[in-house]
Amino acid sequence: MNALKKLFGGNTRQFGMIFALVALIVFFQIFTGGRTLTPGNVINLFNGNSYILILAIGMVLVIIAGHIDLSVGSVAAFVGVSVALAMRDWGIPWYMGVLFGLVLGAVIGAWQGLWTAYVGIPAFIVTLAGMLLFRGFNQFVGKSNTIPVSKEFQFIGSGYLPEVGPDTGFNNLTVLLGLVAVAFVIIMSLRARASNKALGADVPELWVEVTKLVLICGAILYATYLFATGRPGTSFPIPGLILAVLVLIYGFIADKTVLGRHVYAVGGNRHAAELSGVQSKKVNFMVMMNMSILAGLAGMIFVARSTASGPFDGVGWELDAIAAVFIGGAAVTGGVGTVIGSIVGGLVMAVLNNGLQLLGVGADLTQIIKGLVLLAAVAFDVYNKSQGKRSITGLLLKNFGRNNEIKPDETTSTKEVISKEA
Amino acid sequence: MTSLDTQGDPILLEMRSITKEFPGVKALSNVSLRVMAGEIHAICGENGAGKSTLMKVLSGVYGYGSYTGDIVYMAETQQFKDIRASEAAGIVIIHQELALIPELSIMENIFLGNEPTKWGVIDWAEARKRSLELLARVGLREDPDTPIKEIGVGKQQLVEIAKALNKSVRLLILDEPTAALNESDSQHLLDLILGLKGKGITSIIISHKLNEIEQIADEITIIRDGKSIETLNVKRDGVDEDRIIKGMVGRTLESRFPDHEPKIGEVFFEVKDWTVGHPQIQDRLICKGSNFYVRRGEIVGFAGLMGAGRTELARSLFGHSYGRFIKGQVYKDGKPVNLRSVRAAIDAGLGYVTEDRKSLGLNLLDDIKTTTVSAALNKISNYTVVDTRKEFSVAEEYRKSLRTKTPSVEEGVAKLSGGNQQKVVLAKWMFTDPDLLILDEPTRGIDVGAKFEIYGIIQRLANQGKGVIVISSELPELLGLSDRIYTIFEGAITGVLDKNEASQESLMKLMTSARKTA
Repeated sequence: MNALKKLFGGNTRQFGMIFALVALIVFFQIFTGGRTLTPGNVINLFNGNSYILILAIGMVLVIIAGHIDLSVGSVAAFVGVSVALAMRDWGIPWYMGVLFGLVLGAVIGAWQGLWTAYVGIPAFIVTLAGMLLFRGFNQFVGKSNTIPVSKEFQFIGSGYLPEVGPDTGFNNLTVLLGLVAVAFVIIMSLRARASNKALGADVPELWVEVTKLVLICGAILYATYLFATGRPGTSFPIPGLILAVLVLIYGFIADKTVLGRHVYAVGGNRHAAELSGVQSKKVNFMVMMNMSILAGLAGMIFVARSTASGPFDGVGWELDAIAAVFIGGAAVTGGVGTVIGSIVGGLVMAVLNNGLQLLGVGADLTQIIKGLVLLAAVAFDVYNKSQGKRSITGLLLKNFGRNNEIKPDETTSTKEVISKEA
Repeated sequence: MTSLDTQGDPILLEMRSITKEFPGVKALSNVSLRVMAGEIHAICGENGAGKSTLMKVLSGVYGYGSYTGDIVYMAETQQFKDIRASEAAGIVIIHQELALIPELSIMENIFLGNEPTKWGVIDWAEARKRSLELLARVGLREDPDTPIKEIGVGKQQLVEIAKALNKSVRLLILDEPTAALNESDSQHLLDLILGLKGKGITSIIISHKLNEIEQIADEITIIRDGKSIETLNVKRDGVDEDRIIKGMVGRTLESRFPDHEPKIGEVFFEVKDWTVGHPQIQDRLICKGSNFYVRRGEIVGFAGLMGAGRTELARSLFGHSYGRFIKGQVYKDGKPVNLRSVRAAIDAGLGYVTEDRKSLGLNLLDDIKTTTVSAALNKISNYTVVDTRKEFSVAEEYRKSLRTKTPSVEEGVAKLSGGNQQKVVLAKWMFTDPDLLILDEPTRGIDVGAKFEIYGIIQRLANQGKGVIVISSELPELLGLSDRIYTIFEGAITGVLDKNEASQESLMKLMTSARKTA
């Protein structure tokens, strides 16, 4: 167990979720008689959930900054219908449609960001209003009709990497992508290790690093194999590709850029951030705006996949995205969360959905199970981190890991908080 | 709860060989404490010595069974399982962080959890009558309907005591009651505690302010590293501050301030006619045409009572982050500078270390390295991408030079002690390389040893030719540290004294009176 923990960085929730994801996959693989890890099913799973995962990327930033966005489903639907109409009625090409959708998302985001960041209305209220507003707009401009989209446009929602090069029995581009990913993971972790060592920071033991790499690369290669051996005409799906690119970009922004730092800082302690020169209003505006852009993108992918826009697109998406983020380790109070964690959280829900479907469980029972899983995931975490706490300080610190070493020279208050944590 | 008369037994409370362990640490080991009926008993010790833990054991926060040892109270061995049990026995603890609800009124707070009822309905008439009595007893003249958020910390402390009195308290425990109070409120509180003693209420007081302890305590128990070291009788043993410090740190501190030879240069920072309005109240000014200057290498003190406008002045200078700016100009190196946003102030070479470390100074979710660079991310990033290697080495450098006690700079700041947190905050501002650093209560809630180190850091900054402004409620600190001291009263600067002409008396006089000449 200890070794396992070392392997996953000691973050209980993250560790727990990756573990849960693997366990779920294994469970369903066994109980569906191997129908879970088939190329067809895995491709399906990605296609059917990529838009929720894209929403989760935006949502985790919103939640880290200490807000919430309830409007994403409606925004997605409104952007979807607008783009479909623009392409049908104005005859603009599909790429202009995509651009139009992103701009529209940005405008909607600016509207919501304005109210949230500059007027100071809680995002919950602003986006609750937005949820009604943009659902209404969707049905108003679309006259509650279904509006079909062109074949070219459908590519972003249901396309696959094309077949190129010699016939190897695999989809060559997918294989290439998998190999690049493996190389990327190895190079990045070796570089991080070398630089940490050079600085004298703590580095995990070599076997930990190597095992971790082997496991990750193994998973990537296995996934590559599944994607590359699907039935003819299928391979790694385009929405999955878009998702992967977004995860890389947003993971980098959150982790490595000044803007990312500022989002965490504003969510962690807004006043302290402001007194360190962070323009918190600008940060809040940006995360809200970004969320709507991604919602627009998710809406377009969904419309492309379902070949037409409809009046009830995106109903309930906000809840799926929020659930993914919280399962993935974010804190309701802000300041905590990761992009990759939210993706894992989203995948847990997706695998659960998919597996239950394969087992022939009805929608009613599926909802009950999903609800319980969300509650259990967060409860597990809360239980882990705070046992029998009463103090406000303890509550404030409830997002800290355990394993605290305590030195005798620490202050009373800190020591007590820690002892209560433990 | 019992019919036992405390007069018959002079010992009210005896805690015998209390040992309390937390996973990985023994917070208390074999601590003994004996409190006589009707006395004021002080508990002294550095931060982390175990004072608060001991009080939590006594008051049932750590219930019976979670510690070993005996608590004998009113000649009976007690087994308090929670706070309610100890309160029923007449032991009331007032915590350092006040447990009042800001939105509720004074009256509602006094009776919270203890509401007088008639047929299950709260009897507000009775509550009002009783709260007026209680407020009179603690000397607080406020309408019981005033919301807590509208009265100052000093008055809130009095409400806490009124709340305790309502519970027919026999043993009152005050954890750092004056930490957030100014001198006059502190004095009022201490007088009140003495007054309660006259009425037969025994008090245990935990305080870092040794002069106060010397003033009111009958006996002092010193705790160090989770062990009770000694109990001193103030009158009999002729205890003074140095004697207490010796017991607390286990050695005699030669001096409470490091030696420092000021190297003062020319005036480089000047504020003229700085006027700021209250953020909410339209016609009220919180800074009234303040003029002052700072020279290179100079440590300038700002003395004033709580609410005089010291923090408000500092924060309004620091990027207009408080109040409504009305007029005034700041000159740096003779040139006017614009400090319209915090960013602009930082870029102009200002730094501000807040008095409220936890809620304004730190993101408690962050680790040390992230905090250290958080105000100067541009210095460690290329095209907005943060260089995490540089971040680490910068943090490591400050950890070494400020001697922050931590296993690694990747430790969360929430896990550090107050003194070490303050060092991290100082590092954060030192890394912005300011020309003028404003320190608001830089040693609040920090123990004696760490204070000495912080003073050393401040002096080192001055020696590098930076200007340092120190705002402090502790006059001895200002006197020991500053080269020059300004006094503030009701938002106006009332005077300035050189190091050699300043004394507690002369400062206090200027801090409490309006300026005679303009």
